[in-house]
Amino acid sequence: MSKVLVLNPDWCKGCGICAAFCPTEALEIVLEKASLKENNQCILCGRCEELCPDYAVFISDTEKHS
Amino acid sequence: MKKCSDLVFRYMRVDHLPQIWCPGCGNGILMRYVAAAIDDLKLEREKVVIVSGIGCSSRAAGYLDFNTIHTTHGRAIPFATGIKLARPELEVIVITGDGDCTAIGGNHLIHAARRNMELTVIVFNNNIYGMTGGQYSPTTPTGEYGTTAPYGNIDRQFDIPLLAAAAGASYTARGSAYHTQQTIKVIRDGIANPGFSLIDCLSPCPTYYGRKNKKGSAVDMMKYQRDHGITQTQWDKLSEEERKDKFIIGQLTKNDYPGYTAIYRQIIEKKRENTENKDRK
Repeated sequence: MSKVLVLNPDWCKGCGICAAFCPTEALEIVLEKASLKENNQCILCGRCEELCPDYAVFISDTEKHS
Repeated sequence: MKKCSDLVFRYMRVDHLPQIWCPGCGNGILMRYVAAAIDDLKLEREKVVIVSGIGCSSRAAGYLDFNTIHTTHGRAIPFATGIKLARPELEVIVITGDGDCTAIGGNHLIHAARRNMELTVIVFNNNIYGMTGGQYSPTTPTGEYGTTAPYGNIDRQFDIPLLAAAAGASYTARGSAYHTQQTIKVIRDGIANPGFSLIDCLSPCPTYYGRKNKKGSAVDMMKYQRDHGITQTQWDKLSEEERKDKFIIGQLTKNDYPGYTAIYRQIIEKKRENTENKDRK
């Protein structure tokens, strides 16, 4: 079972905490919403999930997600 | 498609989300830590009571999906004391703010700590009254600004864990929005501790405290916590001068003084025994 980074733009307020503390700088804020950069460097560590005040970024199992 | 993580789905009222705290507010992060700590302890949802007062922090009782009660300003601890005395088997957790807990409800805090009431008080400490527009609170540092301190605050700030420990709390600790694992651990230890536990959780308030004091964005305030939060071991090695703008993250004090309901139960049993002996005579 593989994991995937999920972004929920409906809940995101664009505070930028996830992007600032991402160890691989894989996230950025585009039009006040968190989004994954084109060169996907996400290592699924989950630090963004721990620090997101709005629960809008999280790591999920692919099977459950689809 | 799933909207949120399993943890959030299990312990929060998802239909009430997204929460309405400001962008970058630490309260959302801390609320997730509370849910994570409860999940780690594998407590039954029906056995957990979340009590909150009034203020930004106290909205947490509306979002967390347990037995919750949103009470009046500063009176979260008295309500929680009542619940714990009536139903000692429940795990009562108070979520409160720095103003709610130490100003309006300051007297309740010291007396609950003095009795060593079996509560876990989690203070979302953002150093200001956020909900009412940025007035200085008892934890606003000296010299910093608030709506009601336009020339700088001349009061000294409360060290909430020190206050609670001096009043008799059996467990005190400090966490912050940035220090994830450490904060979840102290919340877990606080809930597991049988007596009165107080956990001071530092929460960045970029909207009022940050803007009034030029602390920068939410990210800058989180970086401040990262750079200034240290462990007890590191603290012990520092000189008085170096400690100035640092704070300890982790457990601060702990003792084994028995909790109030435990002593209260003993009194009831003793009285019952005396009455039964008399009846026999």
